[in-house]
Amino acid sequence: MNHVLYLAWRYLVFNRWKTGILIAAITVILFLPLALELVLDRSSERLRARAIETPLLLGAPGSPLELVLGALYFDSEPPATLEYGVTADVTASGLATAIPLHLGHRVAGQPVVGTSPDYFTFRQLRIAAGRPAAISGEAVLGAAAAQALQAGPGDGVVTAPETVFDVTGTYPIRLNVVGVLAPTGTPDDQAVFVDMRTAWIIGGIGHGHEDLGQPEASGSVLKRDGENIVANAAVAQYREITAENLGEFHFHGDIATFPASAIITVPVDQKSGVLLEGRYQEPDAPVRIARPVAVMDELLATVFTVRQYVLAAVALVGLATLATIALVFLLSIRLRRAEITTMTRIGAAPGRVAAILGAEILLVLVASLMLAGLLTALATAWGDELFRWILLA
Amino acid sequence: MISIRQLDFRYPRGGFRLQVSALEVRAGERVAVVGASGSGKTTLLDLIAGIRNPRAGAITVAGNLLADFSDASLRDFRICQIGLIFQAFELLEYLTVRDNILLPYRLGPTLQRPGDPDTRVEKLAAETGIAARLDRLPEQLSQGERQRAAICRALITAPGLILADEPTGNLDPENKQRVLALLLEQVANHGATLVMVTHDHDLLKPFDRVLDMRDFHAGDPT
Repeated sequence: MNHVLYLAWRYLVFNRWKTGILIAAITVILFLPLALELVLDRSSERLRARAIETPLLLGAPGSPLELVLGALYFDSEPPATLEYGVTADVTASGLATAIPLHLGHRVAGQPVVGTSPDYFTFRQLRIAAGRPAAISGEAVLGAAAAQALQAGPGDGVVTAPETVFDVTGTYPIRLNVVGVLAPTGTPDDQAVFVDMRTAWIIGGIGHGHEDLGQPEASGSVLKRDGENIVANAAVAQYREITAENLGEFHFHGDIATFPASAIITVPVDQKSGVLLEGRYQEPDAPVRIARPVAVMDELLATVFTVRQYVLAAVALVGLATLATIALVFLLSIRLRRAEITTMTRIGAAPGRVAAILGAEILLVLVASLMLAGLLTALATAWGDELFRWILLA
Repeated sequence: MISIRQLDFRYPRGGFRLQVSALEVRAGERVAVVGASGSGKTTLLDLIAGIRNPRAGAITVAGNLLADFSDASLRDFRICQIGLIFQAFELLEYLTVRDNILLPYRLGPTLQRPGDPDTRVEKLAAETGIAARLDRLPEQLSQGERQRAAICRALITAPGLILADEPTGNLDPENKQRVLALLLEQVANHGATLVMVTHDHDLLKPFDRVLDMRDFHAGDPT
């Protein structure tokens, strides 16, 4: 058997390009359906798990899918906003705990998630290094975000400007990293967590600048009218929130009207959940409620339907490719007639020659299986990212 | 070494017939077979090697009546006792010279010959002047070197009979003489019997005997 395998191996190595193409073709045939199944199963399981953990979501009227994908996975465009005051309304109702989320800003590609301390309890996020954020301007990084930003407690990270073309837009804010979360294998790993006030400041809703009442700020004052002071463009805006300038940061307007991207709503019991769903299901209500698991199930049902079509197409292409490969082998045997004749004339049994040719096919199949297995393992490891990227693209 | 009696061979589809009433080749004899193209020279070698079966008659090689062998034992006999050399060398392009010489060992799973095959390869290669080419592929050799490798392959199992089908047919005149001299030397060294088909009458001198296919009844039966 060793001699048979050796001769087959030498033939395949000598014809390495042909062998490589055959292995690649068979690998693709094996890998595609296998990986599709595995990645979809695993990814849908994980996506669904996060949706199951999030009982209800409140958001602005619009696509429930966008709301769920944005609020749970942080990757898509942030959903339309609702008023932050809804958080207080839900809490006041006593039916649920309300956890606000403010999304849409980034630090070097990592999503900034403005939220309340309840979020960390709700998601069971544990601080692995440093401490939780205590004041505005402080940030806690998810494990993957800390790695990506190469930052830890004591470091600073700067938010990305909204647009480089808007010179009057909001300034990037330097956030002080005070903690890093333990890895969870969820989108929380990618996030930069700040409190809601910081998120609003990043968005330009709140700001901090030098005290215009002080004599040194007179150069920045355009007009004084009693209590009102109108500043000119020279007024110095703070780019970092520190313990010293924290008091200079302020918001104009009623905080209850400030934006929130979504509000995670955790009913105290099942009945409260049903009551809340009923309350926010009026067609013309300014707030829409979504049950994430139902939204994700709907999405995954569509994905699985598409999967059936894709698998059918892959099976057809696979059959055609296998037929072509079989043809290549048959033609190859015709081309190798002289070689086969030499072997039989020397004294090789027909079964021995068939075994050599069979071993060549076997080695190609084994190599393809191993390669397909390796690719599938990689796809499984990176499948969640890939699947989420496909969904959100 | 070879004894043929009342041989009658015809291809299944007809068109060619070879009849040999009697032929004897002694052990250690060097016999050349000459004849026009299509006269049945290669067919005669195939019959002696047991590659083709006659319709009638008896072929005995090294005291063994070929008709008594089963297919499997005939193949084993051939791989052990008969070395074949072809006009077009027929080296496998994907094997090194060393692996080509060892091919009979790889094709005959039950082949047991005295001595270590690898040592024998080295010895044969040294004797035929291709020791430095053992790890090269056939495409990297000259025509003369390829035929030397083919001669080594035929001799690797230390067969008692070498059947060479125009082994110099693809060589230039200078290489023809060299390869023939080498073949004869190796056959003598190994105490083997040689039956060699050739078109080239200039090469006949060193042979003990020349068989002319015209002496046999060969050709189209119609």
